[in-house]
Amino acid sequence: MAHFEKANSIQEWLDQRLAVTTVKKVMALEYWIPKNINFLWAMGMVLAVTFALLTISGIFLLMYYKPDTGLAFDSVNYTIMSEVGFGWLWRHIHGVAASLVFLVIYIHMFTGIYYGSYKKGREMIWLSGMLLFVVFSAEAFSGYMLPWGQMSYWAGMVITNLFEGFSPDIAGGIMNAPGLVEWIRGDYVPGDAFLTRFFMLHVLLLPLVIIGLIGLHFAALRIPHVNNQDGEEIDYDEAAKLYKEGKTKESKVIPFQPVFLSKDVFVLGVYLILFFYLVFYHFNFAMDPVNFDPADGLKTPAHIYPEWYFLWSYEILRPFPKDPGLIAFGFAQVAFFLLPFLDKSDTVAPANRRGLFKYWFWIMLVDMIVLTVMGKLPPTGIWNHIGLVAAVVFIALFVALPWVTKNENKA
Amino acid sequence: MSNRRDFMGLALGGFTALAGGLPALYAMKRSWDPLPSVKAAGFTEVDLSAIPENELVTEKWRGKPIFILKKSADMPQDERDVVAGGARYHVSIGLCTHLGCIPAYFPGETKFKCACHGGEFDASGKNTFGPPPKPLVIPPFKVNGNTIVLGEAGPEYLEMQKSGIA
Amino acid sequence: MKKELQILAVVVIFTAILYIGVEPFAHSQMHKHVDGDNFSYSDLKENTKQGNAENGKALVMGAGACTGCHGIEAIGHKAPMDAATAVGAYGVNPPDLSTAGALYDAKFLANLIENPAHALKVEHKFDPAKGKMHPMTGFYGAGGDKAQEIADMVAFLKSIAPSEITPKQAYLDACGRCHANRYGKIDQLGETPKFKKETDTLKHKVAVLEYQDKLKAYMGKLPPDLSIIIRARSEHFLETFVENPQSHLEGTSMPRVGLTHDGFEKVKAYLTETGDPSKKHREAIGPWVLLFTLVFTVLAYLWKKQEWRDH
Repeated sequence: MAHFEKANSIQEWLDQRLAVTTVKKVMALEYWIPKNINFLWAMGMVLAVTFALLTISGIFLLMYYKPDTGLAFDSVNYTIMSEVGFGWLWRHIHGVAASLVFLVIYIHMFTGIYYGSYKKGREMIWLSGMLLFVVFSAEAFSGYMLPWGQMSYWAGMVITNLFEGFSPDIAGGIMNAPGLVEWIRGDYVPGDAFLTRFFMLHVLLLPLVIIGLIGLHFAALRIPHVNNQDGEEIDYDEAAKLYKEGKTKESKVIPFQPVFLSKDVFVLGVYLILFFYLVFYHFNFAMDPVNFDPADGLKTPAHIYPEWYFLWSYEILRPFPKDPGLIAFGFAQVAFFLLPFLDKSDTVAPANRRGLFKYWFWIMLVDMIVLTVMGKLPPTGIWNHIGLVAAVVFIALFVALPWVTKNENKA
Repeated sequence: MSNRRDFMGLALGGFTALAGGLPALYAMKRSWDPLPSVKAAGFTEVDLSAIPENELVTEKWRGKPIFILKKSADMPQDERDVVAGGARYHVSIGLCTHLGCIPAYFPGETKFKCACHGGEFDASGKNTFGPPPKPLVIPPFKVNGNTIVLGEAGPEYLEMQKSGIA
Repeated sequence: MKKELQILAVVVIFTAILYIGVEPFAHSQMHKHVDGDNFSYSDLKENTKQGNAENGKALVMGAGACTGCHGIEAIGHKAPMDAATAVGAYGVNPPDLSTAGALYDAKFLANLIENPAHALKVEHKFDPAKGKMHPMTGFYGAGGDKAQEIADMVAFLKSIAPSEITPKQAYLDACGRCHANRYGKIDQLGETPKFKKETDTLKHKVAVLEYQDKLKAYMGKLPPDLSIIIRARSEHFLETFVENPQSHLEGTSMPRVGLTHDGFEKVKAYLTETGDPSKKHREAIGPWVLLFTLVFTVLAYLWKKQEWRDH
């Protein structure tokens, strides 16, 4: 038993048992953030708050949602939307937040790519972040199944059918998995078993994984510290010393709490204005009308498309015939993970100061947007051609990245 | 200087808690409230006209059994009786006031006997023997000619409440 | 500060391009735009006669043969067959005509009386040349001026129609015989009654299912439940669709309904009641929530300015 003296205050009592003051220093009061940042650095907090909104609204939806193919649709669209006090509010918040979280994830991700925040000590931040993206994608997909509308059913049908693509002649037949699609579904078609297992994933397993990954993401951030607008390597000990001496103007850093936090919260406020405007006045983009038709296994809607944040990925799959398409799709999921290792340059700097990489960045961004829009359009005529070109450009960009970054300074 | 800073932070925190947190908590409380369909099911209308004398009729109200016993002329009158359409009825929640079992009615003896621990109630619901501490509970009711609406507190029920019967 | 605004501009512009491409642009490519006719029924011919309601009543009850199939509660005339029998005989349940004069367009009614399949735009299904007659027979005239007689009948229907029709009544009369609305507790037989005994509930359910079977045989498929259609289709779609179903679903069995603009607004109001009941609450609270976030942002900005002062 370690030696304990009588404490003279509640603060001291807590410090003896939980090191509260030290934790507060490490996590907030003396967690140094560079001054040389812009509002994009607040996207992490925006994501955390959006995730909290999803969780809280989800808790109230969970009180009344019925995971049964005969009851699900009406439990959402009748019970929750018209009977439950403020049920409509939780549902709208949940739907809009599910869409906006991906907008902010992409902004957050591309900020990291732009400023080179994925390399030189920050690889784990990047990798844990990409894992978060993948798990959030699974969470969104599983969530979309739950209202059991037409889009829920047919998206479920189409995406699980992808696994039928493993034909017997890939890799000497080991990829042949007869019945894999039925195994995933728990039935021949998306039905009750399919719905309830995705309910389990959405409500319990994936949220737990997300929370764990967020913890890892924060832990990975603590030692390297966040990046800054110039990619400058800061001597945090020196900067911290200056700040604590009272030379706050000369120091290159600020404490997370309260200084950086105050900027975070302001950016959050601006975001919430947009967020609540969408929740109350403009939610159709996040709650697609097609999903307000109850699921009908005998009738496919005229146009099926995933939610917007999956469209770029969907479009990489679409232009190619089945097996190459699946390979391209698989590549697209993994490509961003490889970013720190494909980038052969040591320079941490904003893209506009990285020669060739500048062009790589903007072409990638525009290409992702083109892929997204093409993914929504019906795969006919000129849209098909543009989509194919954009998919090829995406793959080519990653293949070319090692060469681009090796030569970026020679431009 | 630091005071000004702390003040703004406190102002923000206070405003968020009061103008944001409180309404949010209110909305959450409302989501927990019983649904309108549940509250509507809290009213049951019973037609008394076809009920025979000294034969126990059991209705359902808010998930509970409700005893309705039409008293014949020779059965003793009681201030606990519900008078409707010229006849006298015993109306009560059919759960023994001891531990909640449903007592059975014996028309020959005009009394309720509870099988669980032997408690007995007379035809007016008064506890006469055994462990039950109180008479059978009278639910809120409203008389509408030949029908009564269970769940609605009519003037007769309010009178009973005043005199401690209900 | 200037740099932050520049960065914000870049983010906003790319997000806007993304949004426009994925939403309005893509949807314009997926769904062809249909111009409505504003319920003017311009393809139908005008009836310029001045109708006489009294003559109309005699015709409706007599030579017009309307009351042979249609009930008219407003004048105490009960429908000759109940819903189940009627749908077995005709495939469709002839509507009660009490509200017809107010709900439907006068020109439409005139054309309907003369040539039902044409006014209803179901000639592709009911072609006399191919021997398929519409269950409602057209009016061939009662010996006098046919146009005058028709105008008289329309005038009569207008005279008995109530001045105020609730949205629910409009739905029941104009849509309810084919389209259920379970959120409004409406099935094809009318408002679903509440039964005490389970056997009665089941008996009613069976009656509804049998009706639906006959309706399905008549229409080709069961008309969908409209509980939440107001969120499943855009307002423009619903308006142009009800005005002319063929404009969106060529070859559909759904007849042109013939509602006036007002009649359609009533139906739309009911569809909003069942499909978007939180609309009023949402519009009431929205401004307050936005005001809260605005004040929050202003206070946060002031706090930020203070915190960053000597940095």
